[in-house]
Amino acid sequence: MHFAEPLRLKSGAVLHDYTLMYETYGTLNAQRSNAVLVCHALNASHHVAGTYAGQERSEGWWDNLIGPAKPLDTNRFFVIGINNPGSCFGSTGPTSPNPATGQPYGADFPVVTVEDWVAAQERLITALGIQTLAAVLGGSLGGMQALAWAMLHPQRLRHCVAVATAPNLSAQNLAFNEVARRAIVTDPEFHEGHYSAHGTVPRRGLRVARMIGHITYLSDDSMEAKFGRELRAAELNYSTQEVDFQIESYLRHQGDKFSEYFDANTYLLITRALDYFDPALAHGGNLAAAFAPAKALQFLVVSFTTDWRFAPSRSREIVKALVDNRIAVSYAEIDAPHGHDAFLLEDPRYHGVLRARFERIAQELQETTPGAGNGPSAAPLAGGAA
Amino acid sequence: MNQALQTIAALVPQGSRVLDLGCGNGELLAHLQRERGCTGYGVELDDANVLACEQRGVSVLQLNLEDGLALFADRSFDVVLQLDTLQHLRNTERMLLETARVGRLGVVSFPNFAHWPNRLAVASGRMPVTKVLPYQWYDTPNIRVGTFADFEVLARRHGLHILEGFGLHAGRPVRTLPNLLASVAVFKFERS
Repeated sequence: MHFAEPLRLKSGAVLHDYTLMYETYGTLNAQRSNAVLVCHALNASHHVAGTYAGQERSEGWWDNLIGPAKPLDTNRFFVIGINNPGSCFGSTGPTSPNPATGQPYGADFPVVTVEDWVAAQERLITALGIQTLAAVLGGSLGGMQALAWAMLHPQRLRHCVAVATAPNLSAQNLAFNEVARRAIVTDPEFHEGHYSAHGTVPRRGLRVARMIGHITYLSDDSMEAKFGRELRAAELNYSTQEVDFQIESYLRHQGDKFSEYFDANTYLLITRALDYFDPALAHGGNLAAAFAPAKALQFLVVSFTTDWRFAPSRSREIVKALVDNRIAVSYAEIDAPHGHDAFLLEDPRYHGVLRARFERIAQELQETTPGAGNGPSAAPLAGGAA
Repeated sequence: MNQALQTIAALVPQGSRVLDLGCGNGELLAHLQRERGCTGYGVELDDANVLACEQRGVSVLQLNLEDGLALFADRSFDVVLQLDTLQHLRNTERMLLETARVGRLGVVSFPNFAHWPNRLAVASGRMPVTKVLPYQWYDTPNIRVGTFADFEVLARRHGLHILEGFGLHAGRPVRTLPNLLASVAVFKFERS
């Protein structure tokens, strides 16, 4: 969807006009009350569920959670996935032409924040004719967006589901992001972000950035269980450059794959959006004050015990801020071995709690708007990739 | 809901803000929300119970009570319930004080070790195994066994004012000689 109205960003910069890619699943009911917005994290997109016809391995990134009869049941809910501005999956971003020059924005794409994304998403939701979202759901960086929705537009949603997220990044997290960015920026092919003008791609930097990121998404135990000290060949190579261990091979493969499809400037922008998210800052560090506008909402916060990138203690900070406001919140701390990645995996306890919450939301919709979830939408918005 | 829970629910004033520590499947909180206009949270460690609470529409926080109640501000609840939970915790005393810090009123229940069949069992040389204390000494989760009378002493020592204290047996209140005749002790107290 194209937006001609300029979007003023938190930094003061302005996106004069922009396009947002989105997909919807399920049917918007006549009351337009059953919409659920799903916010994506660092490297994902608007394609949250389902597959593209004739395209192998095109499952959406949260397909195990979202779909017909799945915990977020698209038979009952109208699910919306939006690609955020600054990303590289079709929405306006560094690879889009800069109207000022006609050339790709590259490094000139303005710094975007979680709040800017929420502002862009809010416009799209409005354009879809939806006044109130039944829920906003997100994991990791997506969880930050869900929280920001609750703080900035509390009247536009009823439930906020924030999974494996944090109220801001710790010093250690900031450090990982900085290492990833330096890997990209110091790649000789980076050309200060204008690599497309030079016909290059800073693949080496992107690979290393992804390798570092990937390590932090796994737990020590899950990496040990999956790879241990397993070798690729029967013998050691006695080489400092060759791949000896399976974990090296795995990380290189992940890095290679990532560098084929992800844009380096987008990586810089999105890690920066993570860095800058800190809703308590405007309230002198008081997170509870930041959540004060969200008093009427209901929250579900989920963390995973082995997630050291967004540790349970960070989710408990969110829960405390909500409890201090007497806001309705449930908190599940899932004892899963997979580290941060657990939020994308299928765990019966995790999915059970989400399913219970969405069943409750569906029930509330039935109670407040008779016939909700049954009647088809009056507007031709429903179904399929948009 | 069984009679024992009904009796305890009656101790919670209408419209209270409630924190239920060790809330189990959320049955009591759901009842308090529905019938007595209460709001609040349950705290529970067990995955299946957390799910049951979520299914019932009870706000539940999956936390380990052994880690304390740092999440909750002083006097932030009208009533803190701690039913059939205290005896499982290593630091019973600190938990009791935390309960008194967080809530204006505290309600606790726990198995009364001085119930006469227990006394008989111990007098005959064996640890009691009863309906309320169904475990063997070597596998019991009840790591803190106390009596109705013991609690009164502990409460007094910490300046907790007992508003109501009675026993329960087979779900029915026991107000005569509860230390002898009740299998479960119940206290409602406030900080004096």
